[in-house]
Amino acid sequence: MDQSLNIKPTALFDKVIILQALKDSFKKFHPNLLIKNPVMFLVAVGSVITTYILIEDMIGGYFSAFNFQITVWLWFTVLFANFAEAIAEGRGKAQANALRNQRNQIVAKVKSNGGIALINASSLRKGEIVICEAGDVIPADGIVIEGIASVDESAITGESAPVIRESGDDRSAVTGGTKVLSDKILIQITSEQGNTFLDRIISLVEGSKRQKTPNEIALTILLSALSIIFLLAVSSLPAFVQYSVSASGQSTQNLVTLPILVSLLVCLIPTTIGGLLSAIGISGMDRLIRQNVIATSGRAAEAAGDVDVLLLDKTGTITFGNRMATEFIPADGISNERLADAAQLSSLADETPEGRSIVVLAKEKYGLRGRTVSDIAAHFVPFTAQTQMSGVDIPARDGIAQRIIRKGSSEAIKSLLKQNGKFFPQVLQKIVEEIAHQGSTPLVVSENNEVLGAIRLKDVVKGGIKERFAQLRKMGIRTVMITGDNPLTAAAIAAEAGVDDFIAQAKPEDKLNLIREEQANGRLVGMIGDGTNDAPALAQADVGIAMNSGTQAAREAGNMVDLDSNPTKLIEVVETGKKLLMTRGALTTFSIANDVAKYFAIIPAITGTLYAVNGSAGPLSALNIMKLASPESAVLSAVIFNALIIISLIPLALRGVKYRAIGASAVLRKNILIYGVGGLIAPFIGIKLIDIVINWINLI
Amino acid sequence: MFTFYDIGQVVFYLVALTILTPLLGGYMARVFAGEKNFLTPVFSKPENFIYKLGGIISANGMDWKTYAVALLIFNFFGFFILFLLQLFQSSLPLNSQGLPNVSWDLSLNTAVSFMTNTNWQSYAGETTLSYLVQMAGLIVQNFLSAATGIAVMIALIRGIVRKTANDIGNFWVDLIRPTIYVLLPLAILFTILFAGQGVVQTFSNYKVVTTLEGAQQTIPLGPAASQIAIKQLGTNGGGFFNSNSAHPFENPTPFSNFLEMLAILLIPSALVYTYGKMVGSTRQGWTLWGCMMFLFVVLLTISLWSEYHSNPVSQTSAGMEGKETRFGVTNSVLWSVATTSASNGSVNAMHDSLTPLSGFIALLNIMLGEIIFGGVGAGMYGMLVFVVLTVFIAGLMVGRTPEYLGKKIEAFEVKMAVLAVLAPCAVILVFSAISSVMNVGLSSLGNSGPHGFSEILYAFTSAAGNNGSAFAGLNTNTLFYNITMAIGMLIGRFGVLVPMLAIAGSLARKKIIPASSGTFKTDTFLFALLLIGVILIVGALTFFPALSLGPIVEHLLMLKGQSF
Repeated sequence: MDQSLNIKPTALFDKVIILQALKDSFKKFHPNLLIKNPVMFLVAVGSVITTYILIEDMIGGYFSAFNFQITVWLWFTVLFANFAEAIAEGRGKAQANALRNQRNQIVAKVKSNGGIALINASSLRKGEIVICEAGDVIPADGIVIEGIASVDESAITGESAPVIRESGDDRSAVTGGTKVLSDKILIQITSEQGNTFLDRIISLVEGSKRQKTPNEIALTILLSALSIIFLLAVSSLPAFVQYSVSASGQSTQNLVTLPILVSLLVCLIPTTIGGLLSAIGISGMDRLIRQNVIATSGRAAEAAGDVDVLLLDKTGTITFGNRMATEFIPADGISNERLADAAQLSSLADETPEGRSIVVLAKEKYGLRGRTVSDIAAHFVPFTAQTQMSGVDIPARDGIAQRIIRKGSSEAIKSLLKQNGKFFPQVLQKIVEEIAHQGSTPLVVSENNEVLGAIRLKDVVKGGIKERFAQLRKMGIRTVMITGDNPLTAAAIAAEAGVDDFIAQAKPEDKLNLIREEQANGRLVGMIGDGTNDAPALAQADVGIAMNSGTQAAREAGNMVDLDSNPTKLIEVVETGKKLLMTRGALTTFSIANDVAKYFAIIPAITGTLYAVNGSAGPLSALNIMKLASPESAVLSAVIFNALIIISLIPLALRGVKYRAIGASAVLRKNILIYGVGGLIAPFIGIKLIDIVINWINLI
Repeated sequence: MFTFYDIGQVVFYLVALTILTPLLGGYMARVFAGEKNFLTPVFSKPENFIYKLGGIISANGMDWKTYAVALLIFNFFGFFILFLLQLFQSSLPLNSQGLPNVSWDLSLNTAVSFMTNTNWQSYAGETTLSYLVQMAGLIVQNFLSAATGIAVMIALIRGIVRKTANDIGNFWVDLIRPTIYVLLPLAILFTILFAGQGVVQTFSNYKVVTTLEGAQQTIPLGPAASQIAIKQLGTNGGGFFNSNSAHPFENPTPFSNFLEMLAILLIPSALVYTYGKMVGSTRQGWTLWGCMMFLFVVLLTISLWSEYHSNPVSQTSAGMEGKETRFGVTNSVLWSVATTSASNGSVNAMHDSLTPLSGFIALLNIMLGEIIFGGVGAGMYGMLVFVVLTVFIAGLMVGRTPEYLGKKIEAFEVKMAVLAVLAPCAVILVFSAISSVMNVGLSSLGNSGPHGFSEILYAFTSAAGNNGSAFAGLNTNTLFYNITMAIGMLIGRFGVLVPMLAIAGSLARKKIIPASSGTFKTDTFLFALLLIGVILIVGALTFFPALSLGPIVEHLLMLKGQSF
């Protein structure tokens, strides 16, 4: 699509966004907002408690530098989590704004007061009349009120052959996003575009109305439960320590102060994932927008990761929407070169993709260079809906006779010959029929009423699509090609593209039935569609992506809209969904694995002096395997590490864990190694380093 | 000294267990599915008779709530009868020793204890309970509590394999089939074997004899063999006599000792195979079994090492204090690890006398949730709690929302699974905290220092894990402990069991997603490692502070030459 909408990706950390996010992260201290995140709420409550103790001490004329630092870092922990969410939201908003500004690029030529005014497609009103000429994109749904034209509706219908649209009969309806290939028509707009539907989605994207997705809710439950378990473990600790203090006959020194208990709790509860969870969700949506896909709900983005079956329309997804010339087949007694030369000449001014492909083929196969029109002073005959032909008239010069070259459907050429009293050769008739039978489209070329041969126009499978499907297979996703072609053609293309399955001569209801059948077997189905015909299937699919060029009905039915109207986008959407889920899992694993090291930092700090004999270190100081300098520095280091890890993982949360299609087991192994084993080891190193630093600069 | 014979005994035990697992497991799978098996000709008549008697239509399924209510009502009646039997035993027959009525709080504790498959005993059997209570009360509950556990497991399996269904089976059928096809025949077989080894089985009065020194001694007797069999097989563990299987009349010979140890893990281990068979993939079963066996062997090794390792306090290795003197340290340690991992709770040595590290292993076994083989049925469904958690946490990392055996694991399942983890945790931590600072808890202590704390911790851990073994040294026959531990046992049992039934109901309603190469596989070595990781991290992280102030500090002090 030439006029597709495009959004420039914002840098990961845009200055404006950061400043705004900083401001917002303070606003997020509001209890009503904090309570939505149970883990961080608990941290905030802990911070309030330590702050209270600090103030109470200060009123009593006592200042504990340790308690002060603990308090500061606890507040920072909450702040960092707020910041993570704010920056993700900020980026979402920036995307939405960019979207709003740039989406109005389709220009409509509106007929007004005898003149023509250029306005944005989005501000078209119902009933207005627009003019569309060859090469124009029809700005909105409407009906043809004057003229006849061939229209490329492949973006909507999937059919690569252009269709005729003309006024006054049942072929008068045109669809927004389709392209006029020839002639000129007047269209009366029947629907208001853009403003209603797109705007509603944009407000969803940037709005704070974001609802938690099912998986996010489940994860929040898990994190809350872990928090409760650790709350129990921490709040039972004073009793156990009190027992040990009296059992060891030690003076009732206060080993477990409230700030230390709060620190232990905050370190143990899964603050890393708790703080980053909503940022991960928001940036998942954001990543979709970056690919010019707008999800109407987070749920859809999540479901994309689960898709088991992809329904793909042949045209536009697997093959180029436009047919391409792949072969010249000369008639009896005609050389290949002559046919190629004539075919190229006839197509030099033909700006349709088919025409261009003929020029390219002739050049590649027979070394015929594209000549410029002025060189040969030729007169071009453009394609019209009436003649169904195009061609070129080259006047006689330098002793060469006048050449009248025509190319068109066999029917058109046949009637041309008939007019001139000539007959269509039998042999070529057979060739033409064979080409058609193989699922390709034949074009016939004639020169001075002599048939030169046929051109095979073929649906060409997109380069690299086979590899994409192989990747999908590795991801465990089955691909099903849907096409209106006959089974033979469909099988040939399916084999060439490497899809797992295909449905030939598909009717719209076949799609719906297939989706229902797959879903009954427990599979999640993803599809991309655009036509009104697709609406039921889009609504039924678990992930239904509607093309922006598609009809209103289709866009309302799907749960995502692809602004590029690019059917291969489905694959990226699936990957984005997987990335989102993987990031969540990876950070949860990391967060929980971190706890081991934190225990080894804080428990000996609390209990290290218990059962000490004759002033020697207590037996439990043996658990201080990191050899942290002092109990205070141990606790502080753990708290600082806990806060800093949130901020340092924000980029990961926003960008997402890398996904490669290497199969579930391999992906898992890789992630376990990085986030599981890494999560076990990293804090041991981190806490030790922080301990060295804070002792070096005498913070304790 | 740890000799070749010790290794030989351990290996022989593990090999025997491994061989019997698929044999018994396969049989049970047929029984639970209602398929024909070699005992059908013998038991189908009594089975159908019981259905007729109870008006049970075996084909009628129940949704999970109905199932749970039936189970709870049934268990309550079992509890109530046992409670009454004790309260009024002096007026009831078969009380040849004329034992008085049992106090209400002890009756309550014991009734709850046997109903929940815990078999915590705050009493000494021979001086407290009449033959009638032991037989009509305790033995019956030994069978039924084990069958209840199996029923829940079967219901859970149905939840996994059924597609968009509401019913998870019929509780009565799931209760009766395991009882008469599995527990009863095995119990009869083992009773005969035990009696053959010299375990007493008689209604005669206690014998009063004159010893060589001329002193009078009362030798308690009773119908022990029949109770020992089911106590071992049903992971119950409540001994006929106070000293449990350390008593020569309960466990007379090395062979009986081997059989009793085998009986501890036999059904729990076989049920894992049954699980795999019934969910349609024995590989799934073996993967979980492998995790259990791995943890078992590792923990056993640590325990054995600790016992055989010379320590600064005793200056010797393999201290015999409190061990089963006839069968040696290895058999005592093997038993202690088996009984704590399997939620059995029977003992042939005093756990109080284990080295701190061995005691730590025993505690940890129970704290992990009784999932290393675990209780009959309960171990398997307890393991599935961790499977759900592992699948949920790690499953996300393959880029799909978590699923297990084709069933999506969503908010409801997570909620129920964490509830099942949280319930026993809360019991252990809250009650231990209260008991370790309040006089009412501390006054029962027999030991000082960290060992005393371990005793308290062990008692509530044993209750919450429905294990029933004791660190002893703590007098729990007090109003405070009887009540708190009864509460602990109830929460530990039903706080896990009911959520698991809820999961069964929720899973049954879901579709089954066919597996693909994008699916998170749960029958691989990697999954086994993950599961073990989650079990250890969740278990260890929750109890690390408590354990560090109990057995860990005791161990460290022992290394410095101090004991308690």
